[in-house]
Amino acid sequence: MDTLMLSRLQFAFATFIHFIFVPLTLGLSILVAYMETKYVRTGDETYKKMAKFWGKLFLINFALGVVTGITLEFQFGTNWSRYSMYVGDIFGSLLAIEATAAFFLESTFVAVWVFGWKVLSKKFHAACIWIVAFAANLSAVWIILANGFMQNPVGYVIRNGRAELDSFYAVITNGFAWSQYVHTVVGSYVLAGFFVMGVSAWHLLRKQNIDFFTRSFRIGLGFALVAAFVVAIQGHSHGNEVARLQPAKLAAMESHWETGRNVPMYLLSIPDEKNEKNSLEAIGIPSMLSILAFNDPNAEVKGLKDFAAEDRPPVTLTFLSFRLMVGLGTLMIILTVWGFLKRKNLLDNPGYLKLMIWAIPAPYLALQAGWAVAEVGRQPWIVYGLMRTKDAVSPIAASQVAVSLAAFVVVYLLLAALDIYLLAKFARKSPA
Amino acid sequence: MDLGTIWFILWGVLWAVYFILDGFDLGLGTLLPFLAKTDDEKRVFYNAMGPFWDGNEVWLITAGGVTFAAFPATYAVMFSGMYSALMLLLFALIIRGVCFEFRSKVESPGWKKLWDTCLFIGSFAPALLLGVAFANIFKGIPIDQDHIFQGTLFTLLNPYGLAGGILFVLMFAHHGALWLAIKSEGSLRLRAFAMAAKLWPIMAGWIVLFLVFSMFATNLFSNYLRWPLLLAILLIPVGGLVLTKVYAAKARAWAAWAASAAVIGGTALFGVMGIFPALLPSSLSPAFSMTIENSASSPLTLSIMLGVALVFVPVVIAYQIWNFRTFRHPVTKEDLDYEEAY
Ligand code: HDD
Ligand code: HEM
Ligand code: HEM
Repeated sequence: MDTLMLSRLQFAFATFIHFIFVPLTLGLSILVAYMETKYVRTGDETYKKMAKFWGKLFLINFALGVVTGITLEFQFGTNWSRYSMYVGDIFGSLLAIEATAAFFLESTFVAVWVFGWKVLSKKFHAACIWIVAFAANLSAVWIILANGFMQNPVGYVIRNGRAELDSFYAVITNGFAWSQYVHTVVGSYVLAGFFVMGVSAWHLLRKQNIDFFTRSFRIGLGFALVAAFVVAIQGHSHGNEVARLQPAKLAAMESHWETGRNVPMYLLSIPDEKNEKNSLEAIGIPSMLSILAFNDPNAEVKGLKDFAAEDRPPVTLTFLSFRLMVGLGTLMIILTVWGFLKRKNLLDNPGYLKLMIWAIPAPYLALQAGWAVAEVGRQPWIVYGLMRTKDAVSPIAASQVAVSLAAFVVVYLLLAALDIYLLAKFARKSPA
Repeated sequence: MDLGTIWFILWGVLWAVYFILDGFDLGLGTLLPFLAKTDDEKRVFYNAMGPFWDGNEVWLITAGGVTFAAFPATYAVMFSGMYSALMLLLFALIIRGVCFEFRSKVESPGWKKLWDTCLFIGSFAPALLLGVAFANIFKGIPIDQDHIFQGTLFTLLNPYGLAGGILFVLMFAHHGALWLAIKSEGSLRLRAFAMAAKLWPIMAGWIVLFLVFSMFATNLFSNYLRWPLLLAILLIPVGGLVLTKVYAAKARAWAAWAASAAVIGGTALFGVMGIFPALLPSSLSPAFSMTIENSASSPLTLSIMLGVALVFVPVVIAYQIWNFRTFRHPVTKEDLDYEEAY
């Protein structure tokens, strides 16, 4: 394999692993903050125990988010040096702002929160975890504005052989990026809700600490219920944005080959990239794709054949990832609505509780699949329409990257395994 | 002063602040196997860094991010050129970062030993690698006219680079010992002072040696010959060196630590000002160096970033100082019994 392929694999692997931990940080921080606030307001010790129990899981997860993040920050330089030179004027500042405005806040106050239970006043201590939650969600703003620039470059001029900043305002009001942001953080809230519900279900099935875990379950449920609807509805409008700005990605998401109007959507299809068609198309809903993409049955949807072969993203992977995400999204709506209906007598529904333990991975998979759609579907561009991925890679020896990739795989998988072991261990403990 | 120069200075200052702050964590981790005897003593080490290490590490992320934002071409050449060294640094920081959260989560001697070893490697290796990297930056690395690095990891392991590595290890270990003196009590505190006293002459000698070596191996002094007033920078590390000894002898841990911070920060600034206006000199020809001129971002980006820095950095400094004040007390037995402690 060459430097390009190895670097792509390494970047993809490193970001996917980082994004196992990030969404729980984004969502669970808010839930812990909510629990602690309840404790401060009502004085009810159960809420304090909740904040501590879920806070411990939050911290175990947080540690891995931190250490896997730091490598990413430097990988633009190590592996994508030509990219860094070309768009650094715009992209670099977003990363630097993320660190100064959000990471400092988050890392400092998470430590204050951990060590401050006895030192700080109750109110101030609760404020610290709110600051952490705010900073986490703020860091996502900047990183996604950076990614949004890669998806939909705005606010730049080509000067001195590189993309230079023309309007900072345009960069930070990039509509596509904000749509991505809302979708990503709300997806993360779904995940946090499912995590809390799944762990609570495990305890409820064993009939231990029933009051504690029923309340926890309901908190997770409320959060996930709202978020699951928002992510689906907002995902649809995000799809509209993709259709407008990245037509090749949209065509790949649906494995849609021939340009046309009144395009149906097939619930079942199997892409055949070699022969530029689908080897199977079944259960079509008339005009559905036109409606989904442009809210108009008559709208024309460009097919993949309208794009030169070298401008097309990998179809099968994009397509399957999109299906997986939407499928899981639908499933999670069903699960949360079901839970809402049974919320008063959870203990009488062991089948549902069991299912909710097994549903913990669902939002994780949906989030990873979503990023695969966004990032693989953007190919062959690293910055859409502006720079190709193959022109972005560093002039370094493939052997170097092969070694570092191998090290990433070994170290990250080991750490992830240890982390999951610890999460499982502490999730099963009974709250102190 | 033009924007490029302002950012050059800020860039140097950011790295110096990172070395000062994470320096004591890395130094403590390096000293762990030599100073801590019992499990409780080891836990004092972890909890002495506990509320601070991540906030300190973010200065590295910021220094990296600012290199990217203000000098993207330098960021690109520096980190792709020193690829293997940087990867080693990152992996070392990764294993260090998880030690805190992991170590006390399982009650087994083998598990704890594993993380103590990781903390040592994850602290010693970054200290060494950062020193090697910065010595090579001071000296210049082989980058050609297309800004492509013409060397390997072993190119960086030249005598001057290694001397820089040892320098950083010594400075950080000394700095860490003084931090331990601040954050511990009883016999551990005495041993911490004793360690600092033992390290001081070695460090002082090595700094002198390094300065002499720099005269022969680098062009650092040419700027100082041109603008002799700049030599005043040397007063910072030299003054720090004297004061840290004086204060440590009086068992004034905070003052000694602050003076030790001046040694580290002053040494870093001395080197950085010596390479100005290059950020990454080329050892092949000065014409191939990465400089303010050929690597800075557009004036618009630089001024926006300056605004951001002027607003946020003082706020960050304010709450980090508050954090240091809040948790300035020595780690006591009671602190170790605290259920959230590492
Ligand atoms: C719990 C997670 C989750 C769920 C249930 C969904 N998504 Fe999603 N989706 C994401 C999590 C996610 C994500 C990981 O957050 C992505 C990756 C990049 C992004 O902005 O969001 C994403 C990307 C993404 C994209 C591509 C964005 C791009 O190219 O930048 C589209 C069009 C949708 N989503 C649409 C949907 C629709 C119509 C859903 C209906 C159920 C849906 N998503 C459910
Ligand atoms: C955390 C969620 C993310 C995931 C899971 C993810 C996933 C991926 C994947 C799978 C690839 C490889 C695509 C391919 O080569 O076919 C990739 C590439 C890349 N992504 Fe992301 N990504 C994420 C977020 C980001 C963000 C926020 C940025 C920018 C700030 C970013 C920047 C890049 C770059 C520079 C590449 C390399 C060039 C390329 O292959 O296009 N990614 N990512
Ligand atoms: C590929 C681009 C990315 C880079 C360069 C990156 C960088 C980083 C870094 C350096 C950290 C550690 C901060 C610390 O030490 O405290 C971190 C943690 C984190 N990142 Fe990422 N990240 C990326 C992708 C993402 C995405 C896509 C999101 C959100 C949607 C995200 C959100 C977070 C959060 C919430 C944390 C938690 C820990 C913390 O902030 O301290 N990151 N990331």
